[in-house]
Amino acid sequence: MIRTEGLAKTFTLHLRGGMQLPVFSGIDLTVHSGECVVLSGPSGAGKSTLMRSLYGNYRAGAGHIWIRHHGGMVDIAASEPRIVLAVRRETLVYVSQFLRVVPRVSTLDIVADEPITRGIAPDEARDMAGSLLLRLNIPRRMHGIPPATFSGGEQQRVNVARGFIAAHPILLLDEPTASLDAENRSVVVGMIQEAKARGTAVVAICHDADVRAAIADRLYPLSPAREAA
Amino acid sequence: MTAVPNGHDGLITARGLYLSFGAIPALVDVDIDLWPGEVLAVVGESGSGKTTLLNVLSGRVAPDAGAVLYTDPEGEQHDVHTMPAPALRTLHRSDWGFVHQDPKQNLRMNVSAGGNVGERLMARGARHYGTIRAEAIDWLTQVEIDADRVDDLPRTFSGGMLQRLQIARTLVTHPRLVFMDEPTGGLDVSVQARLLDLIRTLVARLGIAAVLVTHDIAVARLLAHRIAVMQRGRVVETGLTDQVLDDPQHAYTQLLVSSVLQV
Repeated sequence: MIRTEGLAKTFTLHLRGGMQLPVFSGIDLTVHSGECVVLSGPSGAGKSTLMRSLYGNYRAGAGHIWIRHHGGMVDIAASEPRIVLAVRRETLVYVSQFLRVVPRVSTLDIVADEPITRGIAPDEARDMAGSLLLRLNIPRRMHGIPPATFSGGEQQRVNVARGFIAAHPILLLDEPTASLDAENRSVVVGMIQEAKARGTAVVAICHDADVRAAIADRLYPLSPAREAA
Repeated sequence: MTAVPNGHDGLITARGLYLSFGAIPALVDVDIDLWPGEVLAVVGESGSGKTTLLNVLSGRVAPDAGAVLYTDPEGEQHDVHTMPAPALRTLHRSDWGFVHQDPKQNLRMNVSAGGNVGERLMARGARHYGTIRAEAIDWLTQVEIDADRVDDLPRTFSGGMLQRLQIARTLVTHPRLVFMDEPTGGLDVSVQARLLDLIRTLVARLGIAAVLVTHDIAVARLLAHRIAVMQRGRVVETGLTDQVLDDPQHAYTQLLVSSVLQV
């Protein structure tokens, strides 16, 4: 579902006199359908940067990112914006650590947005969103409220709901359980396992050893790049 | 950065735009592609050429060099700056819409709210009063203006309401392409959020393409699929919105993004 070839990323900081910040290079990562690969390594090793590159959020410095989209392979690293957007709309979901939304839109509408864009009737989409939020222990009385005032853990669960409602074939999860209590952690773990059983390919970052043991089929280790000379 | 010129799929294809005001270059070597249903934000500081670009793309100001091609629904291409003036006016009345920062530039202040919306329909040939009024009321409701305000004059409206009225007036004819110049500029932050969500929802639902000029990067992030960053008349960087904002490549874009205050 995902295959990277010689993927490399270096940041150039123009405001710091063009300082070069190499993050990783020569990344060859393959993820199959129904498989969960957990990116491992210390902070600063480039796990989130790799994940953002897979999503096309960061530009690849070199190499290819092949993503299976509608039966064909699309290179995210070399595609036009509208192709990348189509891949995100139908194939690729990224659940980031932070919730970023239009202010003053209700939690239910935020989660229902993806199915509505996909053409599902608004009422049906809101029903789907409502049950998913309930499963993640966001009580119904909170569904009509924008998530801005929610706690960190609640916002993270809204973010998870928004990612999982899509049921896309590839899931990228950046610390999906970081600020969750044990009960909600196990709900999310259950959802990840169900997604895998459906054949979803999962790439995850998670520091929690129990969660990792429950979801990972394999680890992909990353180590911090050496400073450029 | 420059896409291969493509004559059949793009809605707007602009190549080699150049325009100077005296010694000051306002547009230098600007290429723009816009696809159907795509929202392109043009960002950059004041004086970078954003509004000039919008005026040139929409045919309101002629460039010194370069061309802007528009592909109509039948797939036929028109050079916006060489087509006859009446044809360009028809385009502005039907396929295109323009949302100004100051709604008074677009609205007729001595005509009722309903009249302002209905007028665009009449300009397109609608004649049946009942139908026009019903559609005007429907659009007022869509932009969250109470139907019982339909006969009120715009001068009794707040700034945010005027902006929503302008949007209703623009979208009532279902344009394929809308040019927006700082549509949320000059509004209270509380009003801005609601307007942004409204624009986002309507544009997505109707599948409208838009060129949106804004100096507010947060507005660009919420509304646009793609961003073009302008500095001194040049497009210095263009790409997917979140990519340009989260992983800016050009020195000026890095400066622009790192200068935004965090709340």
